[in-house]
Amino acid sequence: MENHTILEMRSITKEFPGVKALSDVSITVRAGEIHAICGENGAGKSTLMKVLSGLYPYGDYSGSIIFQGEEVQFKDIRSSEAAGIVIIHQELALIPELSIAENIFLGNEPTRFGVIDWDKVNRETLELMARVGLSEDPTTKIKDIGVGKQQLVEIAKALSKSVKLLILDEPTAALNETDSQHLLDLMSGLRSKGISCIMISHKLNEIEQIADSITIIRDGKSIETLHVKEDGVDEDRIIRGMVGRSLESRFPDHTPKLGEVFFEVRDWTVGHPSVPDRLVAKGSNFYVRRGEIVGFAGLMGAGRTELARSVFGRSYGNFKSGQIFINGKEVTLKSVPQAIEAGLAYVTEDRKSLGLNLLDDIKSTTVSANLKKITRNLVVDKDEEYRIAEEYRKSLRTKTPSVNEGVAKLSGGNQQKVVLSKWMFTDPELLILDEPTRGIDVGAKFEIYGIIQRLASQGKGVIVISSELPELLGLSDRIYTIFEGAITGEIAREDASQESLMKLMTASKKAA
Amino acid sequence: MNSLKKIFGGDTRQFGMIFALIALVIFFQWQTGGKTLTSGNMMNLFNGNSYILILAIGMVLVIIAGHIDLSVGSVAAFAGIVVAIAMRDWGLPWFGGILVGLLLGALIGAWQGFWVAYVGIPAFIVTLAGMLLFRGANQFVGKSNTVPVPEGFQYIGSGYLPEVGPVTGYNNLTVLLGLLLVAFVIYNELRTRKRLARVGAEVPEMWVSLVKVGLISAAILYATYLFATGRPGTSFPIPGLILGALVVIFGFISNKTIAGRHVYAVGGNRHAAELSGVQSKKVNFMVMMNMSILAALAGMIFVGRSTASGPFDGVGWELDAIAAVFIGGAAVTGGVGTVIGSIIGGLVMAVLNNGLQLLGIGADMTQIIKGLVLLVAVAFDVYNKTQGKPSITGLLTRNFGNKSKPDLPSEVRSPDSEQSISTKEVISKS
Repeated sequence: MENHTILEMRSITKEFPGVKALSDVSITVRAGEIHAICGENGAGKSTLMKVLSGLYPYGDYSGSIIFQGEEVQFKDIRSSEAAGIVIIHQELALIPELSIAENIFLGNEPTRFGVIDWDKVNRETLELMARVGLSEDPTTKIKDIGVGKQQLVEIAKALSKSVKLLILDEPTAALNETDSQHLLDLMSGLRSKGISCIMISHKLNEIEQIADSITIIRDGKSIETLHVKEDGVDEDRIIRGMVGRSLESRFPDHTPKLGEVFFEVRDWTVGHPSVPDRLVAKGSNFYVRRGEIVGFAGLMGAGRTELARSVFGRSYGNFKSGQIFINGKEVTLKSVPQAIEAGLAYVTEDRKSLGLNLLDDIKSTTVSANLKKITRNLVVDKDEEYRIAEEYRKSLRTKTPSVNEGVAKLSGGNQQKVVLSKWMFTDPELLILDEPTRGIDVGAKFEIYGIIQRLASQGKGVIVISSELPELLGLSDRIYTIFEGAITGEIAREDASQESLMKLMTASKKAA
Repeated sequence: MNSLKKIFGGDTRQFGMIFALIALVIFFQWQTGGKTLTSGNMMNLFNGNSYILILAIGMVLVIIAGHIDLSVGSVAAFAGIVVAIAMRDWGLPWFGGILVGLLLGALIGAWQGFWVAYVGIPAFIVTLAGMLLFRGANQFVGKSNTVPVPEGFQYIGSGYLPEVGPVTGYNNLTVLLGLLLVAFVIYNELRTRKRLARVGAEVPEMWVSLVKVGLISAAILYATYLFATGRPGTSFPIPGLILGALVVIFGFISNKTIAGRHVYAVGGNRHAAELSGVQSKKVNFMVMMNMSILAALAGMIFVGRSTASGPFDGVGWELDAIAAVFIGGAAVTGGVGTVIGSIIGGLVMAVLNNGLQLLGIGADMTQIIKGLVLLVAVAFDVYNKTQGKPSITGLLTRNFGNKSKPDLPSEVRSPDSEQSISTKEVISKS
């Protein structure tokens, strides 16, 4: 393999208000190699790729990008594409109602006398499709072909722009085994034709199979670059790099007081809401004891949220089968109000789009899931509302000048405290917390952990869903691992390590 | 300026629109040489706009929930003709007619609510269809004719409070109404002060309360004087009375009840509301149904005023009602708006209409001016929002409802929202 460098990103630092997403990240990609970027959710992989593709324009970050020996300053995606860098996002950017050919040449249509030259479009589409091994009619609409083929269309589109460096973000996340293998083969094919690839993936077995080198990013910093062949890298080595941080004392002291099992789910099977044969939960079984914090570990898209939401009043997916037992009695929770009534609470992973009404203020958000409790003779008692909101503000130490403030003005950590107080006010028996500390700074995380532990001490059951393994290990009494909708393991805290969890979560060969 | 803020509640956005209204009234009073603030003109203003304002009450709830209703004019016309025919052909008394009209409104509302809430068709489409459907139904049922209504029924559209009690030179009931209102304003201010003291919040100084109550009372008493001293046989109009009652009822519902909270919640973030146990379908159904009931009522009041129901009643009403709501500070994206704000927005339009008419300006120019006012009012709002300044049309929201728009931070991109995209996408497909 020739050893000259096609891309070098030097000391990239990117800050968001209050958060340093990338700090001093450097990465070097050799020409004609497949370079994998690994890291936990939130490590900064996607942010780095957005910097590279110009989505965060020059000036928005510090550091320099050298592409093909020259320093480049992309101001948008167009300028990075002009230089030959094309990014294919996890969510495909194709227009379902347009044909394959139209999608490939969208924004780049060849014209004759100002009119689109359809003959040329279709002819070139056929050539491009042949290069990616796709045999379809160029006039087929995107919505009529499968996800695997759509992925190939994306690559064909990249080829039409004479790509030199192709970035693939989780390319096989939505694909089945055969399509994944086909895609990986295609990537090797492109490599042999001199096209370099950057690939972001959680599937370590694929990375081990195809990548030439691997850069590991952790907490917004580039940790190391491994050369697969030279260094003899295997999955365990990658995992060690990804989770390598030391477990500081980031958790308040807590002695669990475990009671009897009071919540149990059996054979829980749920279908995808729009794809008929796809299951998002496959016969899952789990239980929670009183006073217990149960962790759900799984990578993004593994089906953790889907499982939780389907249990929470079937608010996601098509319920197929399964039973829920509360205190030994079977219950049927067909709607969110029923679930709340039965003592469940669910804090969403996505605060802004699913958890909060950003137009609302703190006090009315606090009482919004249990308005009945403060309503007398049809009238919502606003004094009571104010008093309760104040109480939670004090006990959770929410930082705000007053509970009359809009929730949109709060920082992530304080927003999360408001969401928690909203659910604590419903006096639940079981709290399901989906990524409770995402986008929250370290200090606030510590406080949230404290709140979670306090709830458990009060005898409530808590389920914590998290992508951050140290968080789960520090917080949970017991951890379930989830991969592709199935529960793949159950480990007591004493027996769990980041390595053992990661193996179960990625369905590494050894576990599968 | 500081003392003004104290009196009106500490926020420029609150009194911006009231001041615009007052300025408009003063401007026209001056330009028309005193023809604006006369008994006759004020009664005309109320009589001629009450049905639009009633529609605005329903419309603001629809818009807060994130929908729109284009069918209100047609629904009003259809209800009007059915009621007129029912009274003429079946000999129903006037109150029977009103009952039939309200029931019909509920039925139509259930029909539209069904499509919007349970089938999931956008309200724009459903009510566009309804606009055609019920206009056609009006003309089919009435054979495109005009149908007169009995005198008893006309009372709801053109009646006045009756003369009772000793001859004082004023209309006694109107005076009583005005005095009761003043008493309520004073009582309310005292109660608020007490409440603030009880929960330990800051109580405004006494002179602030005195000036505030004084100004509002003076305005009410002046209006009372105008309405009580009109031409013999006239006084405070019945449609104004109905409107007042509806403002109180819907102000109460939107501001103080669970149902009202749920409307704001669904409009603000439907997914978040659903995951907090709000049954968004039911909420959507109810707001659409309520709108049609109010449209039917507005149609009947109009028929009462014009003494007959015709094939072209209510044409363009939906646009006036929607304009009133948006001038009154509601957001196109839902979740924001108040009943009182919409009424004031509607009054701005009404005063504008009335004043321009008095000045002898033609319908052509009037429409141009009204269009520009709508555009400028909302543009001002949007501009202020993007600048991070308080919006002027979000007026009154703090005193009369607590649903003021918090200023969204301009930087909405944040790392946590990016990381969550993949699952969000998955979920949002549900």
